[in-house]
Amino acid sequence: MTPALVEVRGLRKEYRRGTEVVPVLDGLDLDIASGDYLALMGPSGSGKSTLLNLLGGLDQPTAGSIRVAGVAIEGLSSNELASWRARHVGFIFQMYNLLPVLTARQNVELPLLLTRASQAERQRRAEAALSLVGLADRANHKPGELSGGQEQRVGIARAIVTDPDLLLCDEPTGDLDRKSGDQILDLFDALNREAGKTIIMVTHDPRAAARARRILYLDKGALVREER
Amino acid sequence: MASYFSLLPLLSAAFYRHRARLFFTIASIVVAFMLFGLLGAVRFALTGGVEVAGQDRIITTAKVSIIESLPRSYLTQVRQLAEVRQASSLSWFGGIYQDPRQQLVVFAIDPNYFGMYPQIQVAPAGLLAWQSERSAAVVGEALATQYGWKVGDTIPLKSNIYRRKDNAPSWPIQIAAIYRADDQPANTIFIHYEFFNESLGTRRDQIGWVVSQLKHPHLAATVSSEIDALFANSRQETKTSTEKAVAQSFANQIGNIGAILTFIVTAVFFAMLLVTANTMAQSVRERTPELAVLKTVGFNDGAVMVLVLAESLAITLVGALLGLGLAWLITSALEPRLHAVLPFFRIPLPALLQGVGVAAALGAAAGAVPAWLAMRLKIATALRAV
Repeated sequence: MTPALVEVRGLRKEYRRGTEVVPVLDGLDLDIASGDYLALMGPSGSGKSTLLNLLGGLDQPTAGSIRVAGVAIEGLSSNELASWRARHVGFIFQMYNLLPVLTARQNVELPLLLTRASQAERQRRAEAALSLVGLADRANHKPGELSGGQEQRVGIARAIVTDPDLLLCDEPTGDLDRKSGDQILDLFDALNREAGKTIIMVTHDPRAAARARRILYLDKGALVREER
Repeated sequence: MASYFSLLPLLSAAFYRHRARLFFTIASIVVAFMLFGLLGAVRFALTGGVEVAGQDRIITTAKVSIIESLPRSYLTQVRQLAEVRQASSLSWFGGIYQDPRQQLVVFAIDPNYFGMYPQIQVAPAGLLAWQSERSAAVVGEALATQYGWKVGDTIPLKSNIYRRKDNAPSWPIQIAAIYRADDQPANTIFIHYEFFNESLGTRRDQIGWVVSQLKHPHLAATVSSEIDALFANSRQETKTSTEKAVAQSFANQIGNIGAILTFIVTAVFFAMLLVTANTMAQSVRERTPELAVLKTVGFNDGAVMVLVLAESLAITLVGALLGLGLAWLITSALEPRLHAVLPFFRIPLPALLQGVGVAAALGAAAGAVPAWLAMRLKIATALRAV
């Protein structure tokens, strides 16, 4: 059996709204194997994005534990989490979240600024990542000069440039037309099958979810169903 | 983990974001620091004489006011004091050249005057020529350059104070030498007291003040008291102080210039601080998702704070350097025209350095709150704002 890359136990997350406590995740248990490709589905407010944020160390759980590659990330400080994210996690967002004043290559280079790589090395690796997503010829274009699909591919290049263990995708095709969405999903397939990346994708789109190896359904902060 | 130098590409990118807003923000900073530089030059012009005053020289003026004259005999008596190495009189001539608007700094002095001021450099041959010709003058290099004068030229000088006994309209003086000065603008004309005095119909045998060089500078207070005691209860009592104290007293007569200028500059800087802080707050608010992305990919809280602070500092320093540079250009252009009335009209180096320091402090102050907010940004919350 493949060892679990991600182990979630008794995960709870509550938000406070004034004096009211709003539970979002309610004692969730989950194992994700290395090399898995998982889709998280469920209605709005079911806790999908909250779970994704917790798995990526963007937020702290109210209770429970999250171990990623043996590291209990719920115990890490803010700065330790930042360092951990830089080395182990790549994020892909629905709205791409590229910095508009930077070129595609500079956007992809961003996570490499935190490494000791030289400028030439950063540039080489950023161009390699852009080539992998088919955008070598758009390296010097700014986000405003790219289509939505191209922007998302730059976002993917930024996510994979540091060769992370885990790719976390929040509605990656939610803002794209069908053709561009399919191209993005093809890229995920390739990254999962050929590069062995573990992918966790939040989506509302059944067609996107169908590309994953596993689909987990959340409702009211709990896992209610799993399909393989 | 890489150093904060890794933020440099992001910092430079910030300058391309909202160019119009950045332009107006920097323009307001430029104006503030240009004003700071110009007011600094005015302050120095009014007080600069204090800095170049000698410690081994004392000045004896009328006790009532420096504009009251003294009897010429006072100079003779001062020269006889044991601790006085040498002394000379100075008399303000009130010089005008050609046009009443062209006022010149002209002093009537005694032949030994230059021996007391080694920083005034006159060629020995020129000095000898001046000392041997009663109608000769020693002219500052800056003035000679401005008016195209050279040694041997005769200049008709008028006075807005004195009249000649023969009612001739001017004093024709011949340039015997051109001097340079290390620590002050060379913009003065020195003429012989005897030549000046013998031409007067009234107010003869009067001098403006006496400058004495001491054998032992540490005895300045004792000798000053001795001189003032010498003329106590006379028809013109005296007040003797070190040259520095007199220069300071003269500067103080113009009022508390420092306080007035500081008040103006503080008001300008406060307005500039608000403009810059508003720009930074707006910039950070607009970039909340971007800052969240930086944190998401691994930039820690400190790095994000430093990035915002550095941006604020960079904007302020760019504006300050441009403003101070403009002020320096303006004062450099105006100094030759103003040196008759403001002989030290330039920005002194300490004022320039102070300007850079103030810019850094204002930049840090303007960026402090936005930087703190950026540091405290919660990624999950900020990403939901996209």
